[in-house]
Amino acid sequence: MSSVVVSEPGRTLAQGFGRGIRDWVPAVVILVAILVGWQLAIDAFDIQRFLLPKPSAIAARFWEERETLWSAGWFTFQEALWGFAAGCSAAILAALLLARFRPLGTALMPYFIAANAVPIIAFAPIAIAWFGIDKGSKIAIAGVLCFFPVLVNTLKGLTSVRPATIELMRSYAAGDVQIFRRVRIPASLPYLFSSLKVASVLAMIGAIVGEYFGGSLTSLGIQIKSASALFNFETAWAAILVACILGMSFYLVIALAERLAMRWYPSSRGAQS
Amino acid sequence: MTTAAAAVTIENVTKTFAKGGTTALQDIDLELQPGEFVSLIGPSGCGKSTLLRVIGDLIQPSTGTVHVGGKTAQQARVDNDYGMVFQEAVLFDWRTVAKNISLPLELAGWERTRRTERVKEMVDLVELGGFESHHPWELSGGMQMRVAIARALSFDPKLLLMDEPFGALDEMTRERLNIELLRIWEAAGSTVVFVTHSITEAVFLSTRVVVMSPRPGRIAGLVEIDLPQPRTADTREEPRFFELATELRELLRGRTAEGVH
Repeated sequence: MSSVVVSEPGRTLAQGFGRGIRDWVPAVVILVAILVGWQLAIDAFDIQRFLLPKPSAIAARFWEERETLWSAGWFTFQEALWGFAAGCSAAILAALLLARFRPLGTALMPYFIAANAVPIIAFAPIAIAWFGIDKGSKIAIAGVLCFFPVLVNTLKGLTSVRPATIELMRSYAAGDVQIFRRVRIPASLPYLFSSLKVASVLAMIGAIVGEYFGGSLTSLGIQIKSASALFNFETAWAAILVACILGMSFYLVIALAERLAMRWYPSSRGAQS
Repeated sequence: MTTAAAAVTIENVTKTFAKGGTTALQDIDLELQPGEFVSLIGPSGCGKSTLLRVIGDLIQPSTGTVHVGGKTAQQARVDNDYGMVFQEAVLFDWRTVAKNISLPLELAGWERTRRTERVKEMVDLVELGGFESHHPWELSGGMQMRVAIARALSFDPKLLLMDEPFGALDEMTRERLNIELLRIWEAAGSTVVFVTHSITEAVFLSTRVVVMSPRPGRIAGLVEIDLPQPRTADTREEPRFFELATELRELLRGRTAEGVH
């Protein structure tokens, strides 16, 4: 009985990332190749700068305008963050309530799944009418975008517990509250975190697209929009680069939180990632 | 009616499921004495798992009564008088082996030091020393089942209910765990109700076997297993072992229309 199937108890988080860095090498090579190809192709095919500027030109603009761009980025990121926080906490709270009162959840679930498929971005102009042209409307759009995927996934995690697990807990005379605390909530964490990762991306999209419909001049969306309108494409691309960096950092922070919260989870030990 | 000494008393139990109106159990009367190892055997659909859950108060009988150690089945469940082992190990991935074993102790409100002590005893009992801080997915199927058994015994219940615990394991692991289970049963001194559809497993483990027939589930016969204790790997080769297995096989065949696989 000494056959241990998979055993890497000694692996630490740091080692996990060390392995991660080696895994990233091919991806970095690809990135460099794309940038070099892009740079060369623009000269070779005489591509107009309003179609696609050179990476070197974008990088130069990114450096020149770094203060404006980063403060605009920070402004937009705050909207995304607040929207994410509000949307996700409301979704988690709703999921807990609906899992606790199952008939309510069963009645509402089809509508949530339907709402999840609605292109919420279409409501952006209306959100501006409701919440004002300032931060409020962007936070609302980002929040609503985050709400449904987090709700649907968390509810699924909370309710798709194997029946034998519930029988086991009942054999110990455990009540609903204990079953929630010790079974449903831990079992829902993988579902919750994968939806939070999706939500972190959606929050950035919501905030930027919301800004396209009007907002503060110091926001990323307005920077991209007005730079494009003025044929200032290097600035637009540099602003997009800021949005990418912020969005990916946000995602990575959530992914890191996931690893820390679920060190027990098999895939976070390197089985998949 | 209920003698205080009986480990389990089942009187007139019938169970009809509302869905489809199938009668899973009909007129079941059975009394188990403390320290017995009783197997429930029968083909799929004979209600043996249902009967086990009725004893554990996880399913309510339609008629009849169940007493565990003189208490109602519900009171016995609330008092943690039995431990249950399922077909699957049903371990929690987010808990280590030690934490899985201590779950019922946490629910019962044991202090940390007492829990730690008890978990250590249990780990020794099922011979999992060195694996305390492993997670379930790092263990083989047989080891996972041992954790489940340790968890079921951790709060020292008088009764152990087991629902085909070794059904998903390979033959060699199963035979080894059978011997282990008998050792644990002797050490713990509890009463065991063991559901299986393996004739040889039932003969090897039990002091008594309850043969059930399907649709509706009834008791087709009771067979005393008079093989000497303790049982070893050699027990399986004794002539008496084969006689008893044949007796069970005939009882199963006699009462089932479609026969037994």
